[in-house]
Amino acid sequence: MDHVIAARAQMGTSLAFHIVFAALGVGLPLLVFIADGLHLRTRNEAYSKLARSWAKGMAILFAVGAVSGTILSFELGLLWPTFMKYAGAIVGLPFSLEGFAFFIEAIFIGLYLYGRERMSPRAHWLTALPIVISGPVSAGFVTLVNAWMQDPTGFRIDHGRVVDVQPLVAMFSKPWATEVVHTTLAAYVFTGFGVAAVCAYALWRGDRRPQVIAGLRIAMTVALIAIPLQILSGDISARFDAGDEPEKFAAMESRFVTGDHAPLTIGGIVEPDKRRDIGAIEIPLGLSFLVGGTPTTVVKGLDDFARSDWPLVAATHYAFDTMVGCGSTLFVIALAWFAFTVRRKPLPKIAFPILAVTGPLALVALEAGWSVTEFGRQPWIARGVLKTSDAATVAPGTDIAFYGFSLIYILLGAVCWWLLRRIDRHPGIDARLPAGISPAAT
Amino acid sequence: MTPIEGAGLVALLAVVLYAIFGGADFGGGVWDLLATGPRAREQREAITHAIGPVWEANHVWLIFAVVVLFTCFPIAFADLSVGLFPPLTIALVGIVLRGAAFVFRNYATDEARLSTTLTVVFGVSSLIAPFFLGDAAGSLASGRYAWLSPFALSIGLFGVVLCAQVAAVFLLSEVPSGAVHDDFRRRTIRVTLALWLAGLIPATIALVSEPRLLAAFERPYVLAIVSVAMLAGILVMILAARGANNLTRFAVGLETIAILAAWFAAQAPDIVPGRYTYMDAASPASTIVAFLIAVACGAVFLIPSLVLLFAIFKRPIPAPPPH
Repeated sequence: MDHVIAARAQMGTSLAFHIVFAALGVGLPLLVFIADGLHLRTRNEAYSKLARSWAKGMAILFAVGAVSGTILSFELGLLWPTFMKYAGAIVGLPFSLEGFAFFIEAIFIGLYLYGRERMSPRAHWLTALPIVISGPVSAGFVTLVNAWMQDPTGFRIDHGRVVDVQPLVAMFSKPWATEVVHTTLAAYVFTGFGVAAVCAYALWRGDRRPQVIAGLRIAMTVALIAIPLQILSGDISARFDAGDEPEKFAAMESRFVTGDHAPLTIGGIVEPDKRRDIGAIEIPLGLSFLVGGTPTTVVKGLDDFARSDWPLVAATHYAFDTMVGCGSTLFVIALAWFAFTVRRKPLPKIAFPILAVTGPLALVALEAGWSVTEFGRQPWIARGVLKTSDAATVAPGTDIAFYGFSLIYILLGAVCWWLLRRIDRHPGIDARLPAGISPAAT
Repeated sequence: MTPIEGAGLVALLAVVLYAIFGGADFGGGVWDLLATGPRAREQREAITHAIGPVWEANHVWLIFAVVVLFTCFPIAFADLSVGLFPPLTIALVGIVLRGAAFVFRNYATDEARLSTTLTVVFGVSSLIAPFFLGDAAGSLASGRYAWLSPFALSIGLFGVVLCAQVAAVFLLSEVPSGAVHDDFRRRTIRVTLALWLAGLIPATIALVSEPRLLAAFERPYVLAIVSVAMLAGILVMILAARGANNLTRFAVGLETIAILAAWFAAQAPDIVPGRYTYMDAASPASTIVAFLIAVACGAVFLIPSLVLLFAIFKRPIPAPPPH
């Protein structure tokens, strides 16, 4: 395998794997915090059972997220040494701050998971709060680095060395706000629908325990709040791209020619070399309207850019359409759920399989959305500054590492899935641990 | 102190803290693997109980060390990422498998076969990770990135024994009395003797194959730091034998700090021996200053949180669990 391909394959696999756990690491603590808080308020045992069950899942998922994140911190150097040689000095600051936020997360995860018997219920509940906060904060700092890769700023290169570094300028590159908001909301959308789907699946299979019903309601509420905000933030992000990263935007929409009265192109078979998208659904004037609100808005096409600077057009376009398609479907399902719930109508039987599908849909949306950013930035690792192919490692053995890590991800994913499926049957760590060992018991 | 010196000290601090906390964690896995005799189950439970709440926080020190390196010394980071690709990749596999296996095992206690498999994975990967991290350190110190050289491999072995020692001492106060405590007291003394032997191996090999490194270690202040490490080792044995658990912890901490400080001091002013000094590899001053400010701000949140974590879990449980 070519070393650049191997490096990209390994990085892509690692991120595709990690993003799932990272997103759940942002979202799940919020669900646990809500469930635990409701238990404290209402003394309803169903909420306590729910919080304990979710906390067990959180322990497993957070551990996988932590170790896969450790892999990534090493891979930055192991796979992209040339990138880090230049970028380390520039984007080290958000990474350092992320390190601290993650540290706080790991500490309070330990306190929350193992501390139940060691403090009052209220204090225990409050130990979840720093996790709820530091999760999105640490994810946000990492996203700042990704934003910088789209718009590298805050430095100069002089005789091959990075000079005049302004770390704060680099930290807040132009796309920072849109990207951080969109990524953070994605985590809540995914967790909300993902957990709701698990509950809906259980209900569909006939498990009518009160905690399952409560779980569906809490998770769907989070999803219902997050999904319209996410669609709004997606619209703002796309408009930002249309102005500031037009080549990515053109690839997302598979636009080859520049002009006004641009139609919105959905799906089709993209043939970048022939500059066309066969069989796509076209909504006349759609794109011009979405970008500028008038049919006369000019939308830049890929023809305005050198062929060698084009992103991966087909992949970006398909990923974008997939994300938008899944997101819109999720929005409709969430609204339908809300319509029933707000009128206190029982959900019809068909609702459960439909809600169970939202989990996979949200997962696809999450992965597709991230793919848009990455495919759309190619061929650059730092847009306009360093090409991906020039940044990859030259160390031998990258292909072996790729196969090895892929195998590890498959194994981790499989065991994790298996454990989560039976999480309700396991007594949990706080029930099992101290007997015979803790000083109090001896 | 210049910003670069400050960043170098933060790097040393990160490596030291990882060696102590992450090392205790790895060593816990080694003892888990070596748990034998009539009390094997109790030993394993003591280990699980001791590292359960803290292992994730302990491993953030590694990420912190990586971040310090690529933020403040990116040129060195890029260079050693290429040169040490094999041992670092293997160590990484070990770190990942042990963390995952440890947590998975906690939630698979009711499945005997899976639980046994995970115990083996946890133990073996707890050996692999410190061995190859040590090996990476040894190959870096050799200045040749020769990760398969006898010297690098012997440092790997030294790393494993050091982790086992730190863990044995850590467990002394975690299990303050009883038969399991006595097991770990015996082990503390034996493993400290083993550490001396394991230290003699790379020293002997260096006589033959690493003249440059040997010369660096012969500088008086480096020799002084090495002596501190050796004295601290003796102190560990005496204090453990006398049952002064908390002082033993202090001694083993001092020993670990001295070992790593000796390494850093021997290499100075080089960060990658023979290739880059700290100055050559450093980021522009603006980056390092921003980084140091970030570390100071982060510490304001981090230190109280860490104190809380260790304070809560050092305390006995107030009342019997209400189950």
